[in-house]
Amino acid sequence: MAGANNTNGAQGVFGSSIRRREDPELITGQAKYTDDLQLSGMVYCTILRSPYAHARIRSIDASQAEALDGVLGVFTAKDIEESGIPGAIPVGWLLPDMKIPEHYMLVKDTTRYVGDGVAIVVAEDQYTAHDALELIWVDYDPLDGVADPHKATVEGAPLVHEEAPGNIAFDWEIGDQEKTDAAFANAAHIASLDIVNNRLIPNAMEPRAALADYNSITGELILYMTTQNPHIHRLLMSLASLGLPEHKIRVIAPEVGGGFGSKIHHYADEALSAWASMQVGRPVKWTATRTETYLTDAHGRDHVTHGELALDAEGRFIGLRVDTYAAMGAYLSTFAPAVPTYLYGTLMSGEYDLPAIYCHVYGVFTHTVPVDAYRGAGRPEATFVVERLVDEAARVSGIDPAEIRRRNFIAPDNFPYATQVALEYDSGNYAGTLDKALATIGYDDFRKEQAAARERGQHLGIGLSAYIEACGLAPSAVVGSLGAQAGQWESAVVRVHATGKVTVYSGCSGHGQGHETTFAQIVASALGVPYEDIDVIEGDSGVMPHGWGTYGSRSAATGGSAIASAAQKVVDKARTIAAHLLEASEEDLAFEDGQFFVKGSPDQTQSLPDVALQAYLAHNLPKGIEPALEATSFYDPANFVFPFGTHIAIVEICSRTGHVTLQRYLAVDDVGNVINPMIVDGQVHGGIAQGVGQSLYETAVYDESANLLSGTMLDYAVPKAHFLPSFETDRTVTPCPHNPLGVKGVGEAGTIASPAAVVNAVVDALSPFGVTHIDMPVTPEKVWNAMHS
Amino acid sequence: MYPSKFDYHRPSSVQEAVQILSANPEAKVLAGGHSLVPVMKLRLATPTALVDIGRIEELQGIGRANGSLRIGACVTYHEIANSDVVREAAPLLAEAAGQIGDRQVRYRGTIGGNLSHADPASDLPAAALALDATLHVSGPNGSRSVGASDFFVDLMMTALQLDEILTAVEIPAAQAGSGSAYVKFEHPASGYALCGAAAVVTRTADGSCASASLCFNGVSATAVDAAAVASSLVGSDLSDAAIESAVNENLSIPDPTGDMFASAAYRQELAKTIGAQALCTARDRA
Ligand SMILES: Cc1cc2nc3c(=O)[nH]c(=O)nc-3n(C[C@H](O)[C@H](O)[C@H](O)COP(=O)(O)OP(=O)(O)OC[C@H]3O[C@@H](n4cnc5c(N)ncnc54)[C@H](O)[C@@H]3O)c2cc1C
Repeated sequence: MAGANNTNGAQGVFGSSIRRREDPELITGQAKYTDDLQLSGMVYCTILRSPYAHARIRSIDASQAEALDGVLGVFTAKDIEESGIPGAIPVGWLLPDMKIPEHYMLVKDTTRYVGDGVAIVVAEDQYTAHDALELIWVDYDPLDGVADPHKATVEGAPLVHEEAPGNIAFDWEIGDQEKTDAAFANAAHIASLDIVNNRLIPNAMEPRAALADYNSITGELILYMTTQNPHIHRLLMSLASLGLPEHKIRVIAPEVGGGFGSKIHHYADEALSAWASMQVGRPVKWTATRTETYLTDAHGRDHVTHGELALDAEGRFIGLRVDTYAAMGAYLSTFAPAVPTYLYGTLMSGEYDLPAIYCHVYGVFTHTVPVDAYRGAGRPEATFVVERLVDEAARVSGIDPAEIRRRNFIAPDNFPYATQVALEYDSGNYAGTLDKALATIGYDDFRKEQAAARERGQHLGIGLSAYIEACGLAPSAVVGSLGAQAGQWESAVVRVHATGKVTVYSGCSGHGQGHETTFAQIVASALGVPYEDIDVIEGDSGVMPHGWGTYGSRSAATGGSAIASAAQKVVDKARTIAAHLLEASEEDLAFEDGQFFVKGSPDQTQSLPDVALQAYLAHNLPKGIEPALEATSFYDPANFVFPFGTHIAIVEICSRTGHVTLQRYLAVDDVGNVINPMIVDGQVHGGIAQGVGQSLYETAVYDESANLLSGTMLDYAVPKAHFLPSFETDRTVTPCPHNPLGVKGVGEAGTIASPAAVVNAVVDALSPFGVTHIDMPVTPEKVWNAMHS
Repeated sequence: MYPSKFDYHRPSSVQEAVQILSANPEAKVLAGGHSLVPVMKLRLATPTALVDIGRIEELQGIGRANGSLRIGACVTYHEIANSDVVREAAPLLAEAAGQIGDRQVRYRGTIGGNLSHADPASDLPAAALALDATLHVSGPNGSRSVGASDFFVDLMMTALQLDEILTAVEIPAAQAGSGSAYVKFEHPASGYALCGAAAVVTRTADGSCASASLCFNGVSATAVDAAAVASSLVGSDLSDAAIESAVNENLSIPDPTGDMFASAAYRQELAKTIGAQALCTARDRA
């Protein structure tokens, strides 16, 4: 923790709400997104998508499309195969005995979801490229499809892949079944719920896009694309899809307008654009329409779960049992198998001292677009199960929901705490955020107000969600042993120029998080140079040799730590040079506010810029010291980080329409040391809005033939600002004990905590009607039915 | 996102516009474009020509004469919602127009486009019905007038012929002693009306109900005139209880809409609540 304190201070840059330096460009429309880029000779790619969830392709006739003026070519799977590239879309997380069906850039003979790519057009302009799609005649033989992950496992359900009987992709478990069953046998109370975790469509504001520029002379590909992780895409493009040598591929993320996970994954479309550029010898652009966004961006959640929590007579939790059917969709997307397993089952202990846990998960193929990580990825689903069960446990045992949580929390002196489901929580003070939240919301007063309101026929409810999350996935060796085909360290370069200005390179790839601001804050504090003198560059595999990108709330904890480590190496080298220049020994030097001086004699100093200039002139360097002042680090974290907190929602329900109004929403989070409070609040706000979206508005609806019914913004309800109250946020600070900054993640906290808080509040409001559970999204009709049945 | 090819015409008179339409049955009128352009981008509509009527002088303007209000077909929601003349003579229409979409939509969308498009979930048809509007139409054979109750034929179908243009909407000015209200229950995704109720109530000197009307958007294939509710209210004291029982006993929605967001049964119930709310507010304003 020494490191955390060192960085947290000097100039007061670390920890202050500096305005985001990204924003002027973004809000004046100057920022350049992938679709804004123009290259000379650029042509356009469009993708013909299956209108059937499940169909065999008898034949494809593209002659009319090919004859259209301005069309450079129409290509199908056969053309890709004949070009000799691998052409595959791989899965990057392997579970034991998992069925891994083949997945190619275009379908070979069978389509498996509405939106599955069948052919591509390359044309001189967007209009022609879209016109040509309508002239490709595909003879489909439609087959039955299935969209529901539970129904897909029932005997007789249409098979997505012949090699996966029962549509089971994997059968996974964690915990101790025998011990857990024994706990249930001794239970005084059992809380039991059937839960559907609704399927969500990410809806980043910027649709996915790619601009590929292949140079056939040099064999180099520059691929501008909407990505959260350029290096992962470079790797997968090379290994699985295009077969180009990795060092010949440069992936660049220009400005990226949101991702929420949907831009982590390796999809066919960007690879197709790159391959198309290789075919036609010109830069090729593809930009998803919003319809394609709905049909092809990996969806989130989609679980059907039965969960049970066993209590002893004192209301202590003695066992938790969970059985989940988790949709994978038609193919295994990049990190999909990890989401309902290692990011879900491992969170089942919540904030609680739970002596026995067993979680069983079926990963299920369905005739839908693949499901993969979406903001929170597995942890919102787990938190929803745990926190709904805790409320139900409060009901069956007659204990107040706040009290039952407090009674079962892991105590602050009980860390590190090894859960029954593989994680070792390193720190925490759960009652701290609970107490603060209860005091701020006025819990006891609310209960009185609620009782009085009920007398008047008014229905108020309060819901708690005491969440923990594991983010900043780590360490690499551990995630590797669990099946990841990726490392989870992060890399940084801190380069001090001769003039003392600084460029920081990170392997992360921000897309709205404010890294250019917060990473500069980290370096300003570490080097003692003015914040304004520091620039941050990321999102370009051509300038940053390696990294793993931005997802899973990893950038501050892992990427920030890498930057702090590199900055420390710079300081160490500068100290050696400064000592030489001051003719003193290194041990005698102090370093404060960017100045080296001999302890006790602060008059004679060497500033970091002074040292930098000497480092580059190299006229007078100590023996054995190389010129220049920069350092690279590859930081592999010792553990996950474990943010936690208590969120509270207050709702009012209109008994006549069933409409739910979110009156108040309070988040008390503990994300460790805070680099920029304003940005942390922004992350929390966005996360809550998305979580409220899941709980009250959003859901992907498929019909019986697996057609997506909620395929436009007319039907799929993304929350709007006027649906939401002004959020209240507060924090406690329990620094992460194992990284140099003491920081944890914050990007996903809001989506992880909020669905349970909102639904718990709705169920609380409806408790006089005997309601014990209501599925998300809590639409007016569901509430109305619950009140009138 | 990329519509198929079309020609673009910008006639300067209704007559010229009608000529272009008559010559090409696949041409379509373009007004505010806020319903037509989205469906063209999705290629759900592929007109070969657009006839942009947005700059035709005779389709503009709000005027009041001889006890009635005349609104040109190309007048925008923003103009309607903020017009003192409309607020005075047809406050219901101003209130409904002010609840359409968002600011951008209200600056572009037009009353003529809204009524001609006849989306059952849009906000103006019920108001036009409740206000007993007359719709003026021009075609190759000259002009004619259609009452609102005859205008909305079926789901997105009106009495307009392919080569006819809605030119103006005429509404009898509000009488003394009357009050009105438009109450909308929004679909959270589209912002359109899951149920929208337009109510007008006129009271006699003693406060009892002289006349009433109650019409709905969003609950059936066209806007619905709940005439039975309205007539059962006439002569009543317009108390909350009288309104609730009039609605509960006499409201029946023909073929109520059910979809993935809300079932037909729920919409029926919602219509009762929203309808009663609209009547109560109209009463309070009378
Ligand atoms: C984001 C968004 C939100 C919206 N929310 C709402 C809402 O909450 N409530 C609501 O009511 N509406 C809503 N709308 C729709 C909006 O009101 C449209 O403006 C309206 O439906 C059509 O009017 P327009 O002037 O834009 O017509 P256009 O889109 O130009 O035309 C619509 C149709 O009517 C025909 N047409 C137009 N004018 C005439 C005329 N004078 N004579 C004959 N035919 C004509 C056209 O040929 C076309 O078929 C929304 C639209 C958007 C994009």
